[in-house]
Amino acid sequence: MKDQEQLLKEFQEKIDREEKIEPKDWMPEEYRKTLIRQISQHAHSEVVGMLPEGNWITRAPNLRRKAILLAKIQDEAGHGLYLYSAAETLGIDRDTLIDELLSGKAKYSSIFNYPALTWADMGAIGWLVDGAAIVNQVALCRTSYGPYARAMVRICKEESFHQRQGYEILLALCRGNAAQKKMAQDSLNRWWWPSLMMFGPSDKNSAHTAHSMNWKIKRFTNDELRQKFVDMTVPQANVLGIKIPDDKLQWNEQRGHYDFGEINWEEFNHVVKGNGPCNRQRLDDRRKAHEEGQWVRDAAMAYAEKRSNKIA
Amino acid sequence: MNEALIKYLLSLGDTSLILGQRLGEWCGHGPVLEQDIAMTNISLDYIGRARLFYQYVCELQNDGQNEDQIAFMREEEDYLNLLLAEYPNKDFAYTIARQFFLDSYFVPLFEKLSSSSDERLSQIAAKSLKESHYHFRWSSEWMVRLGDGTEESNRRIQEAVQHLWEYTGEMFQYASYENDLTQQSLIPAAEILKEAWAFHIQRVFSESRINRPSDGWWQTGGKSGRHTEHLGYILSDMQYMQRVHPGLDW
Repeated sequence: MKDQEQLLKEFQEKIDREEKIEPKDWMPEEYRKTLIRQISQHAHSEVVGMLPEGNWITRAPNLRRKAILLAKIQDEAGHGLYLYSAAETLGIDRDTLIDELLSGKAKYSSIFNYPALTWADMGAIGWLVDGAAIVNQVALCRTSYGPYARAMVRICKEESFHQRQGYEILLALCRGNAAQKKMAQDSLNRWWWPSLMMFGPSDKNSAHTAHSMNWKIKRFTNDELRQKFVDMTVPQANVLGIKIPDDKLQWNEQRGHYDFGEINWEEFNHVVKGNGPCNRQRLDDRRKAHEEGQWVRDAAMAYAEKRSNKIA
Repeated sequence: MNEALIKYLLSLGDTSLILGQRLGEWCGHGPVLEQDIAMTNISLDYIGRARLFYQYVCELQNDGQNEDQIAFMREEEDYLNLLLAEYPNKDFAYTIARQFFLDSYFVPLFEKLSSSSDERLSQIAAKSLKESHYHFRWSSEWMVRLGDGTEESNRRIQEAVQHLWEYTGEMFQYASYENDLTQQSLIPAAEILKEAWAFHIQRVFSESRINRPSDGWWQTGGKSGRHTEHLGYILSDMQYMQRVHPGLDW
Protein backbone atom coordinates (compact mmCIF):
# COMPACT_ATOMS: atom_id res chain seq x y z
CA MET A 1 0.00 0.00 0.00
CA LYS A 2 1.25 3.44 -0.88
CA ASP A 3 2.02 5.72 1.97
CA GLN A 4 0.31 9.03 2.48
CA GLU A 5 3.25 11.02 1.20
CA GLN A 6 3.40 9.09 -2.06
CA LEU A 7 -0.36 9.51 -2.59
CA LEU A 8 -0.13 13.20 -1.95
CA LYS A 9 2.74 13.53 -4.39
CA GLU A 10 0.84 11.70 -7.12
CA PHE A 11 -2.25 13.78 -6.41
CA GLN A 12 -0.34 17.03 -6.81
CA GLU A 13 1.32 15.76 -9.99
CA LYS A 14 -2.01 14.92 -11.45
CA ILE A 15 -3.25 18.41 -10.71
CA ASP A 16 -0.12 19.94 -12.15
CA ARG A 17 -0.67 17.96 -15.35
CA GLU A 18 -4.12 19.61 -15.47
CA GLU A 19 -5.94 16.32 -15.10
CA LYS A 20 -9.28 16.41 -13.32
CA ILE A 21 -9.77 14.78 -9.96
CA GLU A 22 -12.83 12.50 -10.06
CA PRO A 23 -15.02 11.32 -7.15
CA LYS A 24 -13.42 7.88 -6.82
CA ASP A 25 -9.84 9.16 -6.97
CA TRP A 26 -7.77 9.44 -3.85
CA MET A 27 -7.73 12.98 -2.48
CA PRO A 28 -6.37 14.57 0.68
CA GLU A 29 -8.97 15.10 3.37
CA GLU A 30 -8.33 18.83 3.33
CA TYR A 31 -9.04 18.99 -0.43
CA ARG A 32 -12.32 17.15 0.10
CA LYS A 33 -13.29 19.44 2.97
CA THR A 34 -12.39 22.60 1.08
CA LEU A 35 -14.48 21.50 -1.87
CA ILE A 36 -17.45 20.50 0.25
CA ARG A 37 -17.30 23.86 1.95
CA GLN A 38 -16.99 25.78 -1.29
CA ILE A 39 -19.52 23.82 -3.38
CA SER A 40 -22.13 23.73 -0.64
CA GLN A 41 -21.65 27.41 0.04
CA HIS A 42 -22.21 27.97 -3.64
CA ALA A 43 -25.31 25.75 -3.68
CA HIS A 44 -26.75 27.54 -0.64
CA SER A 45 -26.10 30.88 -2.33
CA GLU A 46 -28.18 29.81 -5.31
CA VAL A 47 -31.06 28.79 -3.07
CA VAL A 48 -30.97 31.74 -0.67
CA GLY A 49 -30.47 33.96 -3.72
CA MET A 50 -33.95 32.98 -4.89
CA LEU A 51 -35.46 34.98 -2.04
CA PRO A 52 -34.60 38.59 -2.91
CA GLU A 53 -35.64 38.04 -6.51
CA GLY A 54 -38.65 35.92 -5.61
CA ASN A 55 -39.76 38.94 -3.65
CA TRP A 56 -40.52 40.72 -6.96
CA ILE A 57 -42.29 37.99 -8.93
CA THR A 58 -45.74 39.06 -7.82
CA ARG A 59 -44.91 42.72 -8.50
CA ALA A 60 -42.98 42.57 -11.79
CA PRO A 61 -44.02 45.59 -13.87
CA ASN A 62 -45.24 43.72 -16.94
CA LEU A 63 -46.03 40.19 -18.05
CA ARG A 64 -42.90 39.74 -20.11
CA ARG A 65 -40.68 40.71 -17.20
CA LYS A 66 -42.65 38.50 -14.85
CA ALA A 67 -42.12 35.51 -17.13
CA ILE A 68 -38.39 36.22 -17.54
CA LEU A 69 -37.91 36.66 -13.81
CA LEU A 70 -39.70 33.39 -13.06
CA ALA A 71 -37.57 31.54 -15.58
CA LYS A 72 -34.43 33.13 -14.21
CA ILE A 73 -35.11 32.20 -10.61
CA GLN A 74 -35.98 28.71 -11.70
CA ASP A 75 -32.55 28.47 -13.30
CA GLU A 76 -31.00 29.46 -9.97
CA ALA A 77 -32.91 26.69 -8.22
CA GLY A 78 -31.63 24.31 -10.89
CA HIS A 79 -28.07 25.47 -10.20
CA GLY A 80 -28.65 24.72 -6.54
CA LEU A 81 -29.67 21.20 -7.52
CA TYR A 82 -26.59 20.45 -9.65
CA LEU A 83 -24.30 21.90 -7.04
CA TYR A 84 -25.82 19.83 -4.24
CA SER A 85 -25.34 16.82 -6.49
CA ALA A 86 -21.72 17.79 -7.15
CA ALA A 87 -21.17 18.11 -3.40
CA GLU A 88 -22.77 14.69 -2.85
CA THR A 89 -20.07 13.10 -5.03
CA LEU A 90 -17.68 14.01 -2.20
CA GLY A 91 -19.51 11.76 0.22
CA ILE A 92 -21.90 14.08 2.00
CA ASP A 93 -25.67 14.15 1.57
CA ARG A 94 -27.95 17.04 0.78
CA ASP A 95 -29.90 16.79 4.03
CA THR A 96 -26.72 17.27 6.04
CA LEU A 97 -25.74 20.23 3.91
CA ILE A 98 -29.16 21.82 4.32
CA ASP A 99 -29.05 21.27 8.08
CA GLU A 100 -25.72 23.08 8.13
CA LEU A 101 -27.23 26.01 6.26
CA LEU A 102 -30.24 26.21 8.56
CA SER A 103 -28.19 25.94 11.72
CA GLY A 104 -26.01 28.81 10.53
CA LYS A 105 -22.91 26.64 10.36
CA ALA A 106 -22.56 26.85 6.58
CA LYS A 107 -22.31 30.20 4.84
CA TYR A 108 -23.84 31.52 1.66
CA SER A 109 -22.93 34.59 -0.35
CA SER A 110 -23.42 37.65 1.85
CA ILE A 111 -24.81 39.62 -1.05
CA PHE A 112 -28.20 38.03 -0.49
CA ASN A 113 -28.34 39.58 2.94
CA TYR A 114 -29.07 42.91 1.28
CA PRO A 115 -32.69 43.79 0.54
CA ALA A 116 -34.26 43.98 -2.92
CA LEU A 117 -36.21 47.20 -2.47
CA THR A 118 -37.21 48.29 -5.95
CA TRP A 119 -37.77 46.80 -9.37
CA ALA A 120 -34.40 48.26 -10.42
CA ASP A 121 -32.80 45.84 -7.96
CA MET A 122 -33.84 43.00 -10.27
CA GLY A 123 -31.66 44.73 -12.84
CA ALA A 124 -28.78 45.35 -10.45
CA ILE A 125 -28.83 41.79 -9.15
CA GLY A 126 -28.63 40.39 -12.66
CA TRP A 127 -26.04 42.83 -13.88
CA LEU A 128 -23.76 43.14 -10.84
CA VAL A 129 -24.40 40.09 -8.67
CA ASP A 130 -24.66 37.59 -11.49
CA GLY A 131 -21.89 39.52 -13.24
CA ALA A 132 -19.56 39.11 -10.26
CA ALA A 133 -20.61 35.48 -9.96
CA ILE A 134 -19.66 34.91 -13.60
CA VAL A 135 -16.19 36.34 -13.08
CA ASN A 136 -15.73 33.87 -10.23
CA GLN A 137 -17.35 31.01 -12.02
CA VAL A 138 -15.67 31.28 -15.41
CA ALA A 139 -12.44 30.69 -13.50
CA LEU A 140 -14.08 27.69 -11.81
CA CYS A 141 -14.89 25.99 -15.13
CA ARG A 142 -11.23 24.91 -15.05
CA THR A 143 -11.19 23.97 -11.39
CA SER A 144 -9.40 20.71 -10.59
CA TYR A 145 -12.42 18.76 -9.32
CA GLY A 146 -14.22 17.24 -12.32
CA PRO A 147 -17.88 17.29 -11.20
CA TYR A 148 -17.59 20.88 -9.98
CA ALA A 149 -15.89 22.05 -13.17
CA ARG A 150 -18.55 20.41 -15.33
CA ALA A 151 -21.42 21.86 -13.30
CA MET A 152 -19.80 25.27 -13.70
CA VAL A 153 -19.71 25.10 -17.49
CA ARG A 154 -23.45 24.75 -17.63
CA ILE A 155 -24.09 27.27 -14.88
CA CYS A 156 -21.93 29.88 -16.56
CA LYS A 157 -23.94 29.68 -19.77
CA GLU A 158 -27.14 30.42 -17.89
CA GLU A 159 -25.57 33.09 -15.71
CA SER A 160 -24.39 35.06 -18.70
CA PHE A 161 -27.98 35.10 -19.91
CA HIS A 162 -29.05 36.30 -16.46
CA GLN A 163 -26.52 39.06 -16.52
CA ARG A 164 -27.78 40.29 -19.87
CA GLN A 165 -31.39 40.27 -18.65
CA GLY A 166 -30.39 42.31 -15.60
CA TYR A 167 -28.53 44.80 -17.72
CA GLU A 168 -31.46 45.03 -20.07
CA ILE A 169 -33.79 45.88 -17.16
CA LEU A 170 -31.51 48.76 -16.22
CA LEU A 171 -31.13 49.85 -19.82
CA ALA A 172 -34.89 50.16 -20.10
CA LEU A 173 -34.97 52.22 -16.88
CA CYS A 174 -32.12 54.46 -17.98
CA ARG A 175 -33.91 55.16 -21.25
CA GLY A 176 -37.09 55.91 -19.32
CA ASN A 177 -38.31 58.89 -17.32
CA ALA A 178 -36.65 60.65 -14.38
CA ALA A 179 -38.26 58.35 -11.79
CA GLN A 180 -37.01 55.27 -13.60
CA LYS A 181 -33.52 56.65 -13.97
CA LYS A 182 -33.44 57.58 -10.31
CA MET A 183 -34.49 54.05 -9.42
CA ALA A 184 -31.61 52.68 -11.51
CA GLN A 185 -29.05 55.00 -9.93
CA ASP A 186 -30.29 54.20 -6.43
CA SER A 187 -29.97 50.48 -7.03
CA LEU A 188 -26.40 50.90 -8.33
CA ASN A 189 -25.60 52.95 -5.22
CA ARG A 190 -26.82 50.18 -2.96
CA TRP A 191 -25.48 47.14 -4.84
CA TRP A 192 -22.07 48.32 -6.03
CA TRP A 193 -20.04 47.83 -2.86
CA PRO A 194 -21.71 44.60 -1.77
CA SER A 195 -20.96 43.26 -5.27
CA LEU A 196 -17.25 44.03 -4.84
CA MET A 197 -17.41 42.27 -1.48
CA MET A 198 -18.59 39.12 -3.26
CA PHE A 199 -14.98 38.34 -4.17
CA GLY A 200 -14.17 37.87 -0.51
CA PRO A 201 -11.48 39.37 1.71
CA SER A 202 -8.45 40.93 0.09
CA ASP A 203 -5.59 38.54 -0.65
CA LYS A 204 -3.58 39.59 2.33
CA ASN A 205 -6.43 38.54 4.64
CA SER A 206 -7.78 35.52 2.81
CA ALA A 207 -7.59 32.37 4.91
CA HIS A 208 -8.12 29.89 2.11
CA THR A 209 -6.37 31.31 -0.92
CA ALA A 210 -2.91 29.68 -0.80
CA HIS A 211 -4.05 26.07 -0.46
CA SER A 212 -6.84 26.48 -2.95
CA MET A 213 -4.46 27.94 -5.51
CA ASN A 214 -2.00 25.10 -5.11
CA TRP A 215 -4.69 22.53 -5.65
CA LYS A 216 -6.10 24.55 -8.53
CA ILE A 217 -9.49 24.73 -6.88
CA LYS A 218 -9.02 28.45 -7.31
CA ARG A 219 -7.09 29.80 -10.28
CA PHE A 220 -7.03 33.51 -9.47
CA THR A 221 -6.89 35.38 -6.21
CA ASN A 222 -9.83 37.34 -4.80
CA ASP A 223 -8.19 40.66 -5.65
CA GLU A 224 -7.40 39.63 -9.21
CA LEU A 225 -11.00 38.62 -9.82
CA ARG A 226 -12.33 41.77 -8.17
CA GLN A 227 -10.15 43.90 -10.44
CA LYS A 228 -11.37 42.00 -13.45
CA PHE A 229 -14.97 42.67 -12.44
CA VAL A 230 -14.38 46.39 -11.95
CA ASP A 231 -12.62 46.70 -15.31
CA MET A 232 -15.45 44.91 -17.03
CA THR A 233 -18.28 46.76 -15.29
CA VAL A 234 -17.21 50.42 -15.40
CA PRO A 235 -17.69 50.81 -19.18
CA GLN A 236 -21.10 49.14 -18.87
CA ALA A 237 -22.16 51.69 -16.25
CA ASN A 238 -21.02 54.44 -18.61
CA VAL A 239 -23.27 53.09 -21.35
CA LEU A 240 -26.18 53.17 -18.91
CA GLY A 241 -25.27 56.71 -17.93
CA ILE A 242 -25.37 56.06 -14.20
CA LYS A 243 -22.56 56.79 -11.78
CA ILE A 244 -20.66 54.21 -9.77
CA PRO A 245 -20.63 55.45 -6.15
CA ASP A 246 -16.86 55.64 -5.73
CA ASP A 247 -14.98 58.94 -5.95
CA LYS A 248 -11.65 57.16 -6.17
CA LEU A 249 -12.64 55.25 -9.25
CA GLN A 250 -10.41 56.21 -12.20
CA TRP A 251 -8.54 54.65 -15.08
CA ASN A 252 -4.86 54.00 -14.31
CA GLU A 253 -2.97 54.15 -17.59
CA GLN A 254 0.15 52.62 -16.08
CA ARG A 255 -1.52 49.59 -14.59
CA GLY A 256 -3.97 49.24 -17.44
CA HIS A 257 -6.73 48.86 -14.86
CA TYR A 258 -9.20 50.97 -12.95
CA ASP A 259 -8.14 52.10 -9.51
CA PHE A 260 -10.93 52.02 -6.98
CA GLY A 261 -11.62 52.92 -3.37
CA GLU A 262 -11.30 50.75 -0.31
CA ILE A 263 -14.14 48.40 0.59
CA ASN A 264 -15.73 48.96 3.96
CA TRP A 265 -14.31 45.80 5.54
CA GLU A 266 -16.02 46.48 8.83
CA GLU A 267 -19.39 46.21 7.10
CA PHE A 268 -18.17 43.14 5.21
CA ASN A 269 -17.21 41.39 8.45
CA HIS A 270 -20.47 42.28 10.15
CA VAL A 271 -22.58 40.94 7.31
CA VAL A 272 -20.54 37.73 7.18
CA LYS A 273 -21.06 37.33 10.92
CA GLY A 274 -24.81 37.55 10.51
CA ASN A 275 -25.57 41.22 11.05
CA GLY A 276 -26.50 42.27 7.52
CA PRO A 277 -29.90 43.87 6.91
CA CYS A 278 -31.51 40.56 5.92
CA ASN A 279 -29.41 37.75 7.43
CA ARG A 280 -32.03 36.78 9.97
CA GLN A 281 -34.91 37.22 7.56
CA ARG A 282 -33.32 35.02 4.88
CA LEU A 283 -32.50 32.20 7.26
CA ASP A 284 -35.92 32.44 8.89
CA ASP A 285 -37.52 32.13 5.46
CA ARG A 286 -35.43 29.09 4.61
CA ARG A 287 -36.12 27.49 7.99
CA LYS A 288 -39.82 28.14 7.70
CA ALA A 289 -39.94 26.58 4.22
CA HIS A 290 -38.00 23.60 5.47
CA GLU A 291 -40.09 23.07 8.60
CA GLU A 292 -43.40 23.58 6.84
CA GLY A 293 -42.26 21.19 4.13
CA GLN A 294 -41.39 18.42 6.56
CA TRP A 295 -44.79 16.72 6.40
CA VAL A 296 -44.67 16.84 2.59
CA ARG A 297 -41.26 15.17 2.47
CA ASP A 298 -42.41 12.63 5.06
CA ALA A 299 -45.49 11.83 3.00
CA ALA A 300 -43.41 11.36 -0.15
CA MET A 301 -41.04 9.02 1.70
CA ALA A 302 -43.85 7.04 3.29
CA TYR A 303 -45.61 6.68 -0.02
CA ALA A 304 -42.43 5.59 -1.82
CA GLU A 305 -41.84 3.00 0.86
CA LYS A 306 -45.38 1.62 0.57
CA ARG A 307 -44.93 1.37 -3.18
CA SER A 308 -41.64 -0.46 -2.97
CA ASN A 309 -43.14 -2.89 -0.43
CA LYS A 310 -46.00 -3.58 -2.81
CA ILE A 311 -43.63 -4.21 -5.69
CA ALA A 312 -41.39 -6.39 -3.54
CA MET B 1 -66.90 41.78 -33.02
CA ASN B 2 -67.65 38.64 -31.06
CA GLU B 3 -68.19 40.06 -27.56
CA ALA B 4 -68.82 36.64 -26.06
CA LEU B 5 -65.53 35.34 -27.41
CA ILE B 6 -63.64 38.30 -25.96
CA LYS B 7 -65.14 37.71 -22.53
CA TYR B 8 -64.36 34.03 -22.72
CA LEU B 9 -60.74 34.71 -23.68
CA LEU B 10 -60.45 37.19 -20.83
CA SER B 11 -61.89 34.64 -18.46
CA LEU B 12 -59.36 31.99 -19.50
CA GLY B 13 -56.56 34.55 -19.49
CA ASP B 14 -57.53 35.84 -16.05
CA THR B 15 -57.74 32.37 -14.52
CA SER B 16 -54.29 31.66 -15.97
CA LEU B 17 -52.77 34.88 -14.74
CA ILE B 18 -54.20 34.72 -11.24
CA LEU B 19 -53.25 31.09 -10.79
CA GLY B 20 -49.77 31.85 -12.19
CA GLN B 21 -49.48 34.67 -9.69
CA ARG B 22 -50.49 32.40 -6.82
CA LEU B 23 -48.03 29.68 -7.82
CA GLY B 24 -45.31 32.28 -8.18
CA GLU B 25 -45.75 33.13 -4.50
CA TRP B 26 -44.21 29.74 -3.71
CA CYS B 27 -40.90 30.65 -5.31
CA GLY B 28 -38.14 30.12 -2.76
CA HIS B 29 -40.57 28.71 -0.18
CA GLY B 30 -41.37 25.23 -1.53
CA PRO B 31 -41.19 22.12 0.64
CA VAL B 32 -38.20 20.79 -1.31
CA LEU B 33 -36.15 22.31 -4.12
CA GLU B 34 -37.53 20.03 -6.86
CA GLN B 35 -41.11 21.04 -6.00
CA ASP B 36 -40.17 24.69 -5.79
CA ILE B 37 -38.98 24.36 -9.38
CA ALA B 38 -42.11 22.46 -10.38
CA MET B 39 -44.40 25.17 -9.03
CA THR B 40 -42.56 28.07 -10.62
CA ASN B 41 -42.41 26.09 -13.84
CA ILE B 42 -46.18 25.67 -13.84
CA SER B 43 -46.56 29.32 -12.88
CA LEU B 44 -44.48 30.23 -15.91
CA ASP B 45 -46.70 28.15 -18.19
CA TYR B 46 -49.76 29.94 -16.85
CA ILE B 47 -48.28 33.41 -17.27
CA GLY B 48 -47.37 32.46 -20.83
CA ARG B 49 -50.87 31.21 -21.44
CA ALA B 50 -52.41 34.39 -20.04
CA ARG B 51 -50.30 36.40 -22.47
CA LEU B 52 -51.54 34.35 -25.44
CA PHE B 53 -55.17 34.86 -24.46
CA TYR B 54 -54.70 38.58 -23.85
CA GLN B 55 -52.80 39.08 -27.08
CA TYR B 56 -55.67 37.48 -28.95
CA VAL B 57 -58.12 39.77 -27.15
CA CYS B 58 -56.03 42.77 -28.21
CA GLU B 59 -56.10 41.68 -31.82
CA LEU B 60 -59.85 41.16 -31.76
CA GLN B 61 -60.50 44.48 -30.07
CA ASN B 62 -57.97 46.25 -32.25
CA ASP B 63 -58.15 49.41 -30.13
CA GLY B 64 -54.45 49.84 -29.37
CA GLN B 65 -54.63 48.12 -25.99
CA ASN B 66 -51.83 45.73 -25.13
CA GLU B 67 -51.55 42.66 -22.90
CA ASP B 68 -50.16 44.67 -20.01
CA GLN B 69 -53.03 47.14 -20.00
CA ILE B 70 -55.39 44.20 -19.77
CA ALA B 71 -53.46 42.62 -16.92
CA PHE B 72 -52.51 45.69 -14.95
CA MET B 73 -55.09 48.38 -15.55
CA ARG B 74 -58.39 46.58 -15.06
CA GLU B 75 -60.17 46.50 -11.73
CA GLU B 76 -61.49 43.59 -9.72
CA GLU B 77 -64.93 43.58 -11.28
CA ASP B 78 -63.37 43.40 -14.75
CA TYR B 79 -61.53 40.23 -13.87
CA LEU B 80 -63.40 37.11 -14.98
CA ASN B 81 -61.30 34.32 -13.45
CA LEU B 82 -62.62 31.30 -11.61
CA LEU B 83 -62.76 31.89 -7.86
CA LEU B 84 -60.74 28.75 -7.30
CA ALA B 85 -57.69 30.34 -8.95
CA GLU B 86 -57.57 33.18 -6.42
CA TYR B 87 -57.86 30.92 -3.38
CA PRO B 88 -54.73 31.39 -1.22
CA ASN B 89 -51.90 28.84 -1.35
CA LYS B 90 -52.37 28.18 2.35
CA ASP B 91 -50.22 25.04 2.43
CA PHE B 92 -48.88 22.51 -0.05
CA ALA B 93 -52.04 20.39 0.27
CA TYR B 94 -54.35 23.28 -0.69
CA THR B 95 -52.04 24.22 -3.55
CA ILE B 96 -52.05 20.66 -4.86
CA ALA B 97 -55.81 20.21 -4.50
CA ARG B 98 -56.49 23.55 -6.23
CA GLN B 99 -54.11 22.61 -9.02
CA PHE B 100 -55.53 19.15 -9.42
CA PHE B 101 -59.12 20.42 -9.67
CA LEU B 102 -58.09 22.94 -12.30
CA ASP B 103 -55.85 20.57 -14.26
CA SER B 104 -58.67 18.03 -14.36
CA TYR B 105 -60.78 20.73 -15.95
CA PHE B 106 -58.18 22.18 -18.32
CA VAL B 107 -57.17 18.85 -19.85
CA PRO B 108 -60.63 18.00 -21.24
CA LEU B 109 -61.34 21.66 -22.00
CA PHE B 110 -58.22 22.12 -24.12
CA GLU B 111 -58.73 18.74 -25.75
CA LYS B 112 -62.06 20.02 -27.02
CA LEU B 113 -60.92 23.56 -27.75
CA SER B 114 -57.97 22.35 -29.79
CA SER B 115 -60.47 21.38 -32.45
CA SER B 116 -62.53 24.57 -32.12
CA SER B 117 -63.53 26.17 -35.39
CA ASP B 118 -61.89 29.37 -34.15
CA GLU B 119 -58.43 28.70 -35.48
CA ARG B 120 -56.52 30.95 -33.14
CA LEU B 121 -58.30 29.57 -30.08
CA SER B 122 -57.59 26.05 -31.24
CA GLN B 123 -53.86 26.86 -31.58
CA ILE B 124 -53.62 28.29 -28.09
CA ALA B 125 -55.56 25.33 -26.75
CA ALA B 126 -53.26 22.83 -28.46
CA LYS B 127 -50.19 24.45 -26.92
CA SER B 128 -51.83 24.69 -23.51
CA LEU B 129 -53.00 21.09 -23.66
CA LYS B 130 -49.43 19.83 -23.84
CA GLU B 131 -48.57 21.79 -20.72
CA SER B 132 -51.73 20.78 -18.91
CA HIS B 133 -50.99 17.11 -19.47
CA TYR B 134 -47.75 17.60 -17.52
CA HIS B 135 -49.43 19.65 -14.84
CA PHE B 136 -52.15 17.04 -14.46
CA ARG B 137 -49.59 14.29 -14.08
CA TRP B 138 -47.75 16.28 -11.44
CA SER B 139 -50.81 17.30 -9.40
CA SER B 140 -52.53 13.93 -9.60
CA GLU B 141 -49.37 12.13 -8.52
CA TRP B 142 -49.12 14.44 -5.54
CA MET B 143 -52.79 13.89 -4.70
CA VAL B 144 -52.06 10.19 -4.46
CA ARG B 145 -48.81 10.68 -2.57
CA LEU B 146 -50.42 12.95 -0.01
CA GLY B 147 -53.61 10.92 0.23
CA ASP B 148 -51.77 7.66 0.66
CA GLY B 149 -48.66 9.00 2.44
CA THR B 150 -48.83 9.60 6.17
CA GLU B 151 -51.80 10.15 8.48
CA GLU B 152 -50.95 13.85 8.56
CA SER B 153 -50.72 14.23 4.80
CA ASN B 154 -53.99 12.36 4.37
CA ARG B 155 -55.69 14.62 6.89
CA ARG B 156 -54.33 17.75 5.23
CA ILE B 157 -55.23 16.83 1.67
CA GLN B 158 -58.66 15.65 2.78
CA GLU B 159 -59.23 18.99 4.49
CA ALA B 160 -58.08 20.91 1.42
CA VAL B 161 -60.38 18.89 -0.85
CA GLN B 162 -63.26 19.43 1.55
CA HIS B 163 -62.73 23.20 1.68
CA LEU B 164 -62.10 23.77 -2.00
CA TRP B 165 -64.91 21.55 -3.22
CA GLU B 166 -67.52 24.32 -3.11
CA TYR B 167 -65.44 26.28 -5.66
CA THR B 168 -65.37 23.50 -8.24
CA GLY B 169 -68.96 23.85 -9.38
CA GLU B 170 -68.24 27.22 -10.96
CA MET B 171 -66.32 25.60 -13.80
CA PHE B 172 -69.49 23.95 -15.04
CA GLN B 173 -72.01 26.71 -14.42
CA TYR B 174 -71.66 28.61 -17.63
CA ALA B 175 -71.81 32.39 -17.74
CA SER B 176 -73.98 33.94 -20.43
CA TYR B 177 -70.99 34.45 -22.75
CA GLU B 178 -70.11 30.78 -22.43
CA ASN B 179 -73.64 29.78 -23.32
CA ASP B 180 -73.47 32.04 -26.38
CA LEU B 181 -70.25 30.38 -27.49
CA THR B 182 -71.68 26.92 -26.95
CA GLN B 183 -74.52 27.90 -29.26
CA GLN B 184 -72.00 29.13 -31.80
CA SER B 185 -70.30 25.70 -31.41
CA LEU B 186 -67.02 27.37 -30.51
CA ILE B 187 -66.66 25.77 -27.08
CA PRO B 188 -67.79 22.44 -25.59
CA ALA B 189 -70.95 22.12 -23.53
CA ALA B 190 -70.49 22.27 -19.77
CA GLU B 191 -71.94 18.79 -19.25
CA ILE B 192 -69.27 17.19 -21.42
CA LEU B 193 -66.54 18.86 -19.39
CA LYS B 194 -68.15 17.98 -16.12
CA GLU B 195 -68.33 14.33 -17.05
CA ALA B 196 -64.65 14.21 -18.02
CA TRP B 197 -63.70 16.13 -14.89
CA ALA B 198 -65.67 13.83 -12.59
CA PHE B 199 -63.99 10.84 -14.19
CA HIS B 200 -60.49 12.17 -13.42
CA ILE B 201 -61.50 13.12 -9.89
CA GLN B 202 -63.01 9.74 -9.14
CA ARG B 203 -60.05 7.82 -10.48
CA VAL B 204 -57.49 9.79 -8.46
CA PHE B 205 -59.59 9.84 -5.29
CA SER B 206 -60.00 6.11 -5.37
CA GLU B 207 -56.23 5.61 -5.67
CA SER B 208 -55.48 7.95 -2.82
CA ARG B 209 -57.79 7.24 0.10
CA ILE B 210 -59.46 10.63 -0.37
CA ASN B 211 -63.21 10.84 0.08
CA ARG B 212 -65.24 12.75 -2.43
CA PRO B 213 -67.19 15.50 -0.64
CA SER B 214 -70.90 15.62 -1.29
CA ASP B 215 -72.09 18.28 -3.70
CA GLY B 216 -73.82 21.21 -2.07
CA TRP B 217 -73.98 24.93 -2.68
CA TRP B 218 -71.44 26.21 -5.19
CA GLN B 219 -69.52 29.43 -4.74
CA THR B 220 -69.72 31.29 -8.02
CA GLY B 221 -69.42 34.78 -9.45
CA GLY B 222 -65.82 34.98 -10.59
CA LYS B 223 -66.65 34.54 -14.25
CA SER B 224 -68.98 37.54 -14.08
CA GLY B 225 -66.63 39.72 -12.03
CA ARG B 226 -67.78 39.03 -8.47
CA HIS B 227 -64.86 37.78 -6.48
CA THR B 228 -63.68 36.71 -3.07
CA GLU B 229 -61.86 39.19 -0.84
CA HIS B 230 -58.57 37.66 -1.93
CA LEU B 231 -58.50 39.10 -5.45
CA GLY B 232 -58.10 42.69 -4.29
CA TYR B 233 -54.87 41.85 -2.55
CA ILE B 234 -53.56 39.90 -5.52
CA LEU B 235 -54.22 42.85 -7.80
CA SER B 236 -52.76 45.41 -5.45
CA ASP B 237 -49.48 43.52 -5.45
CA MET B 238 -49.54 42.67 -9.10
CA GLN B 239 -50.63 46.07 -10.41
CA TYR B 240 -48.54 48.16 -8.03
CA MET B 241 -45.81 49.17 -10.48
CA GLN B 242 -48.17 50.01 -13.34
CA ARG B 243 -50.46 51.97 -11.05
CA VAL B 244 -47.64 54.02 -9.52
CA HIS B 245 -45.87 54.57 -12.84
CA PRO B 246 -48.54 54.26 -15.53
CA GLY B 247 -47.77 54.09 -19.22
CA LEU B 248 -44.03 53.49 -19.05
CA ASP B 249 -41.81 50.95 -20.75
CA TRP B 250 -40.04 48.45 -18.55
